[in-house]
Amino acid sequence: MPEKLKWQDILKQIGLQLFLLSVTATVMFPILWVFSIALDPRNIDKPLELELIPPGASFDAFHRVLFEPYKLLCKNPTDVSTCMTFGGLLKNSLTVSLGTALFTVLLGASAAYAFSRFKFIGREAGMIGFVAMLMLPATGTIAPLYVLLSQIKLGSEPLRTTLIGLMIAYTAGALPFSIWNLKGYFDTVPRELEEAALIDGATPTQTFLRIVLPLSLPALAVTVLLGFMSGWTEFVLAWLLLEDPARFTLPMALRSMQGQFSTPWSDFFALAIVMSVPPVLLFFSLQRYIVSGLTVGGVKG
Amino acid sequence: MTSSALSRKKRQRTPEERARRRKETVRAWLYIAPAGVVMLIISFFPQIFQVWMAFTDYRIKNLRFNLFNPATWEKYAPPFVGLENFVKIVTSSLALENYNFARLLTFNVVWTVVNVFFHVVLGVVIALALNEKFLIGRRLYRALFVLPWAIPGLITAVVWHNMYDDRFGAVNQLLAVFNQHLGTTFPTDIKWLTDPTPPIGGPLSFLPLAFYAVLIANIWLGWPFMSVVATGALQSIPAELYEAAAIDGANGWQKFWSVTVPLIRPAMVPAIMLGTIWTFNGFNVIYFITGGGPFGRTEILVTQAFKLVYEQRLYGVGAAFSIVVFFILLFLTLIQNRVTRATEAYDA
Repeated sequence: MPEKLKWQDILKQIGLQLFLLSVTATVMFPILWVFSIALDPRNIDKPLELELIPPGASFDAFHRVLFEPYKLLCKNPTDVSTCMTFGGLLKNSLTVSLGTALFTVLLGASAAYAFSRFKFIGREAGMIGFVAMLMLPATGTIAPLYVLLSQIKLGSEPLRTTLIGLMIAYTAGALPFSIWNLKGYFDTVPRELEEAALIDGATPTQTFLRIVLPLSLPALAVTVLLGFMSGWTEFVLAWLLLEDPARFTLPMALRSMQGQFSTPWSDFFALAIVMSVPPVLLFFSLQRYIVSGLTVGGVKG
Repeated sequence: MTSSALSRKKRQRTPEERARRRKETVRAWLYIAPAGVVMLIISFFPQIFQVWMAFTDYRIKNLRFNLFNPATWEKYAPPFVGLENFVKIVTSSLALENYNFARLLTFNVVWTVVNVFFHVVLGVVIALALNEKFLIGRRLYRALFVLPWAIPGLITAVVWHNMYDDRFGAVNQLLAVFNQHLGTTFPTDIKWLTDPTPPIGGPLSFLPLAFYAVLIANIWLGWPFMSVVATGALQSIPAELYEAAAIDGANGWQKFWSVTVPLIRPAMVPAIMLGTIWTFNGFNVIYFITGGGPFGRTEILVTQAFKLVYEQRLYGVGAAFSIVVFFILLFLTLIQNRVTRATEAYDA
C-alpha cells in the first residue's frame, strides 16, 4: 500500500515538473531573446536567427547606455557636456519613484484607515469617488492638468516642471488602488486589539500608528511597490510636463531612443534590462509580503 | 407610555450622538484630507474639466483657454455643442478611418472577457501547482514567475511587438526551429500583426490574427498577478478542511470545487474586478504591439480616445470618449458585482 502511494507521488512530481517547466519556457523565452539582442554588436532590431549568444557578442551596448552621454537629451544639442548621463537619469528616476512610493503609502494608509475604521458622513460617496478614478481614462485630462500645474508655483517656477509636481501626479494615479487595497487589508485587522488600546487610554492616531500599521506590513509593501513602479515606468506625462533635460527620467530616455526611422535596438534593450533590475529586485525582496498583501477581501487564516 | 419614553430618550440622546458623529466625521476627513487634496488637484478637477470639454467642440486653438485667466475666456472658450460629440461617437459618424463604435465596443468587451478568463484560470492552476509542498524547486519557480509582472510594461509591449515581426521576429524564427528539429511544416512568414484575414471564420470573423497574437502577449503579462492573489488565498485555507473532505470521500476534483473555489473566491472577486478594469483600459499592450491595426480591428476604446486627442487633436470628442468608457466600465462592474453576489447567496 505505501509502495503504491510513493509511485503516485513520483508521477505527480514528474507531471507537475513538466507543466511548470513548460510555463518557465514561455515566461523566459521573450526575456532571453531580449538578452541576446542586447548582446548583439550589430545594434540591429531583429536578428536573422534565434541564437541565445549572437556572433561577436559583447557588452558594448551596456557600456554605451551606462557610460556615454545621451545625445538626444541635451540642454544645448551642440554641446555634449550639457547632455544627460545615466547617473543623472538614474538619480531623477530614483527620486521620483521613491518619492511617489513614500507619498502613496503615507497618504493612502491615512485615507484607507479613515474608510476602514470611522463611521462618518460621506463615507460611501468618498470611497466611490476614489474608486471611480480607476475607471475614468485620463486621456483627456492632460490639457487641464497642464494648465493647473502651471498655475501652482513652487518657489520661482511652476510645479509642472519640477520633479515634485511629477511625484504628486504619479501619487494621484497610484492612490485609488492603494486606498482600496489598504482598506481591504485594514478591515481584516481585528478591532479587539485597538479597542483594548483605546480602553488603556490610547488615541485613535496612536492605535493607527502602533497597532494597525505594524500589522499591515504586507499591504504597505504592495503599496510601496505600486508607487515605485508607477514612478519608474511612466513617460507620457513626464514628456508633457517636464522641460529641463536635467530633470528627465530613465523611461523618457528609453522612449527617446525609439526613433521614427531607426532605433538602436541593442542599446534600447540594454537600457531596458538595466531598468528592469530595480523593480525585479524590489519584487523579490518584497515577495514574501506581496502574496498576503494583495489578498484583499479579507481571507483570514 | 413606553413609546413616549423611548422617543424622549431618543431626543435626549440625539444631540450627543450627533456631536459624536460630527466629531468622528471631522476626524475621518482629516485623515482623508492629504490624499483628498492631491486627488482633487490631479484627478477630480481635470476630470470635471474633461466632462465640460465633452460638451464642447474643443480643438487645438482652444488650448489657449485658461480658466484662471479671464482675458482668454472670450477669445478661446470652445463653443458649446451639447450632446453632439456623444451622438457622433455612438452613431459612428466621426470623420475617422475604420471607425465603427459597435465593433470597437464589441471588440473591447470580448478582449477583456477572454483575457481575464485566461488570467484567472492560468493564475489559479499555476498557483495550485506551486502550492504542493513536496514540489522540487518551488521557490525558484515562484521567483521566475513574477518576472512578467515586474518588468516595466512599456518594455514588454515593445519586446512583443518586435517578436511578432513577420521577417525577423522571434516567433516565426521559433517556428522555423520547430520545423527543422521536429519535422513540422509551420509557415515561417506569418504576418502576425498585419494580416487582415481572420484565422477563424463564422461568428469570430471580426477577430484578425493580430487579436490572437496580442492576446498571447497579454496573457503572458497578466496571469502572474492573478497567481499571486490566488497563492495568498490558497495559503490561508486550513489543511483540516481538505482532510475533512477526504474523510467524506471527496476526490481531488470535488475537493477543488467544494473547498478551494469557495474559499479563494473572496480574494479572487476583487482581483477579477480590478483585472477587468485594467484590461478594459489597458493602453500599453494594444498601442505598442498592434497600434490598433490591421485597419483598426484591434483598436480598443482608450487607444481610440488617445488617437483622437494626440493625432486628430479633437479634444472635445476625446473627452466624450473617456466618459463613454467610464459608463461602460461602471455598467460592467455593476453586472459583475451582481453576478458574484448572486452566486454567493446561492451557495450560502
